Amino acid sequence: MSGSSTTPATLAYYPGCSQTGTAAEYDRSTRACCQALGVRLVDVPDWTCCGSTPAHTVDHILAGALAARNLLQAELIGHDRVTTPCPSCLAALRTASHHLAAGAHPENGAPEDTGPSYRAQVERLLDRPAPLRADAVSVLQVLVEDVGTEAMAAAVTKPLTGLRVAPYYGCLLNRPPGLMQFDDPENPTALDRVLTACGATVVDFPFKTECCGAAFGMPRLDVMLRLSERILGMAASCGADMVVVACPLCQMNLDLRRGQVNAFAQGRGGTGYAMPVPYFTQLLGLALGLPEAALGLDKLVVPLGPALEAARAREAARTSQAGPANGNGPKEKAPCA
Amino acid sequence: MQTSVRSLDLAAARDPAFQADVERESGQTLASCYQCGNCTAGCVYTPDYDFPVHQVMRLVQLGLREQALSCRSIWLCATCQACTTRCPNNIDVAKVMDVLRHMARRAGHAPEANVKTFADSFLSSVAKHGRVFEAGLAAVFAIKSGKPMQDAGLGLPMLTRGKLAFLPHEPEGNGKAEVAAIFARFGRFAADKSRAEAGDSAKPSDTTEDSK
Repeated sequence: MSGSSTTPATLAYYPGCSQTGTAAEYDRSTRACCQALGVRLVDVPDWTCCGSTPAHTVDHILAGALAARNLLQAELIGHDRVTTPCPSCLAALRTASHHLAAGAHPENGAPEDTGPSYRAQVERLLDRPAPLRADAVSVLQVLVEDVGTEAMAAAVTKPLTGLRVAPYYGCLLNRPPGLMQFDDPENPTALDRVLTACGATVVDFPFKTECCGAAFGMPRLDVMLRLSERILGMAASCGADMVVVACPLCQMNLDLRRGQVNAFAQGRGGTGYAMPVPYFTQLLGLALGLPEAALGLDKLVVPLGPALEAARAREAARTSQAGPANGNGPKEKAPCA
Repeated sequence: MQTSVRSLDLAAARDPAFQADVERESGQTLASCYQCGNCTAGCVYTPDYDFPVHQVMRLVQLGLREQALSCRSIWLCATCQACTTRCPNNIDVAKVMDVLRHMARRAGHAPEANVKTFADSFLSSVAKHGRVFEAGLAAVFAIKSGKPMQDAGLGLPMLTRGKLAFLPHEPEGNGKAEVAAIFARFGRFAADKSRAEAGDSAKPSDTTEDSK
């Protein structure tokens, strides 16, 4: 199938470390959806860690060199456009790319850790010339802009009718806006549009970009639990059947650490949460009719099946009572499991 | 009399070069912060901070180097970019927090020791394998943090879902060696830099150790 505006692309693909382990299903479902929608991914050869958050908290040049090496690897196989599913990798790769680009225009003036000095220092760590053009873009942006939601909707064979989803973008996918240059930083809608194209009902979710506690799960579990509990609590009060994510760290905090989050919630008089937290590529894959094994559904800690079943049963009951579905789910609140 | 003594103490604590140092390293104009508090209003970590983020900015403006570099807040910032996104004066507030963390490391401050240990363990894993080896990082952190059982309950759900890799997924080519070389050079240059800094200010530095 062809895209709404452009021919589906071939891009370099940077999986990122999480996607070889705790987020293996994000990698698998991303590849499956891209293949189904005609986006060709060529793995960055011999890719290494982008540095992620820990590198930039220690030193900006070290972070730049770790990210730049991967942009260079993409350029070596003739690709200037690198796509990654992980927002943290995206931030690391884009930051390096944009600071290196600033170095190409020294006349604009630049602080110590950007501009020509940045390029020179990064090259000193790399011990070879830094990349010149390569930049990174999220898989979500590629799907929305290169494929387009119209083409996506046309390819849907199993619409997620009646499924109420809270679209959770996380911190970094759209922020800071000057760096990301994609979607709205306060009220992003790209994920909403993808999920709507899948036939799901997107709930009005005020915590789209609120932080889940990020990498504090290990060093400050108490902080992470407080923040992830807020996200699940808000999704429940919005009547969502599930929280749909685009970030492996958000997914880990909200799903793998669910037992810890529920114990925290129960310690404060709450009941805990049973809603699953799939990647958006897993739901898109289901709507495209891709086999469950290709989407890694069995890797979710909170299983997806019961929530899908409940939504189907609710939709069936609704349509038998009130006539055909109109694509807009009921507005009443669902009970928090 | 006492009042004038106190104000003299306050003045003595000020380091007029501090704001300029932060501005140079971050590329941000701290003077344009007019303390509106928008950064703090959007920061979900404020309940965990000892100084809310707009007060951290104020500490820099006031030249209170020790208070700024020894505070917990700079270690508990997750760089979620809410502050940077919302600053009406286009200050990259998260970058200022990042730079304060760099300076705190060089000055030997780490009031949130486990946050520093996590970052160091993460980077050690990358230096060793070329990529983060998640299970190895978790094991190293569990031992170093003194909280070995905190995440023990995650082992079984990860194991049953095939998410617990017992061996690292290393890069297929020369990447592992190249990343190790980046860290080695970084360690050398950081050591040179701290020796140069120590020449005029005799500041302790553990940056070299951190990067290993």
